[in-house]
Amino acid sequence: MNPRDCKYSKEHEWVRLEGGLASVGITDYAQDQLGDIVYVELPPLGEILTQFEPFGVVESVKAASDLYAPLSGEVLEVNEELSDHPEFVNEDPYGQGWMIKIEPSDTSQLDNLLTAEEYEKYLKGLE
Amino acid sequence: MKRTPLYEAHLALGARMVEFAGWLMPVQYTGILEEHRAVRERAGLFDISHMGEMELRGKGALRFLQRALTNDASRLATGQAQYTLLCNHKGGVIDDLLVYRRGEERYLLVVNAANTGKDYQWLSGLEPDAELVDLSMDTALLALQGPSSQDILCRLTSIDLASLSYYCSIEGQVGGVEALISRTGYTGEDGFELFVPWETAPDLWRRILEVGKEDGLIPVGLGARDTLRLEAAMPLHGHELDETITPLEAGLTRFVDFNKADFVGKEALLQQREGTLERGLIGLAMEEAGIPRHGYPILSKGKEVGGVTSGTYSPTLNRPIAMGYVQHSYIEEGTELEVLIHGRPRRARVVRLPFYERKRRVG
Repeated sequence: MNPRDCKYSKEHEWVRLEGGLASVGITDYAQDQLGDIVYVELPPLGEILTQFEPFGVVESVKAASDLYAPLSGEVLEVNEELSDHPEFVNEDPYGQGWMIKIEPSDTSQLDNLLTAEEYEKYLKGLE
Repeated sequence: MKRTPLYEAHLALGARMVEFAGWLMPVQYTGILEEHRAVRERAGLFDISHMGEMELRGKGALRFLQRALTNDASRLATGQAQYTLLCNHKGGVIDDLLVYRRGEERYLLVVNAANTGKDYQWLSGLEPDAELVDLSMDTALLALQGPSSQDILCRLTSIDLASLSYYCSIEGQVGGVEALISRTGYTGEDGFELFVPWETAPDLWRRILEVGKEDGLIPVGLGARDTLRLEAAMPLHGHELDETITPLEAGLTRFVDFNKADFVGKEALLQQREGTLERGLIGLAMEEAGIPRHGYPILSKGKEVGGVTSGTYSPTLNRPIAMGYVQHSYIEEGTELEVLIHGRPRRARVVRLPFYERKRRVG
């Protein structure tokens, strides 16, 4: 089940707005498709991201996949724990497996993203 | 797309199926890391029925093998197996395979699934007094691998498995099925490979999983098969080997018998042996984060000196590892190199192969 308080990209990132900051991670569907995640490469603090442009890489045993920014903005926090515990992304993709927090430059970009219901409908179409 | 006789069994176990060499195969069941560790610590069961099997028989059979393959097949006693290479005239590797001697003038060739058709074409008609029969679609192949393999398999057979040496095989009943049981594998662990008639595979698969349950035996897919063989530095055709790479470059000279009268590729390989090798296969341990993958450039101080052929995160060593080819002046153990990963060079060091070697059972 995908949390109702998040919005979703078609590239399978989620974003949650909390107190002016947007947390970003990958969805449960994405972690399941990737399999055991062994490395997450995240941007340095202060990096400016552009909506739908790559910001990092997630690596499973089998393959590398780009991560795409669901919103434009500046990276203010990265989840340092993932360097020792990349498995958090598999185990708790919407919680401990969060990747970065950004200060969004334009929250109206949220309208370009899917709601949980829309994302689930989109996933059904991928089957 | 071809299906093995265990296709339904894989689906029932919740496997994720992928296309591999024209076959629909399980890449993982519960997860690659868990399956990998099960094989290192306990045991895992693999369906490798996609592998090609060919029988060679007739009074020209040995002459055929001596001409077509690099290793000396005349040393094989009945039941013994040998790793060998099928080379082209330039010494490039068309395929790597196992040859089993099954009788006086009878041999079994076990080849890579992706190359079965090509090998058959190449080998057919090479020797008039030998008949080559493709048994790939009649033969299922199960691999039981890991330190507990012998304890598990002996519950299903009266054959004295403890007396079966590495790279030897014996015919007999396993779980009521007529099988060729071979002490071989592609994981770096002790284990067995079982050649059985196609239609008997589902029942035998189920029975092995059943009797192995108490030892923690689980089914293992192609994903972990790849990480296991890479830790053991076993070459994979299409990666460490192909038609442009010679056994000498791949570090497989010990499987080339230059004392044999003549074999395809001998002249080219002799020439290479007498000259200097331009490149060599190395093992790399990453000293910086990032996972090396097939095709990534290997650099020395920013200059490209080779490329990765296989790379992964090593579950046993808990770090990224790779194999690849570099110019010969960079193959020394300890050499500092870089791998270009996602546009940024990352430090790596040449290490001795294999990355992982099992502790042998004593007694």
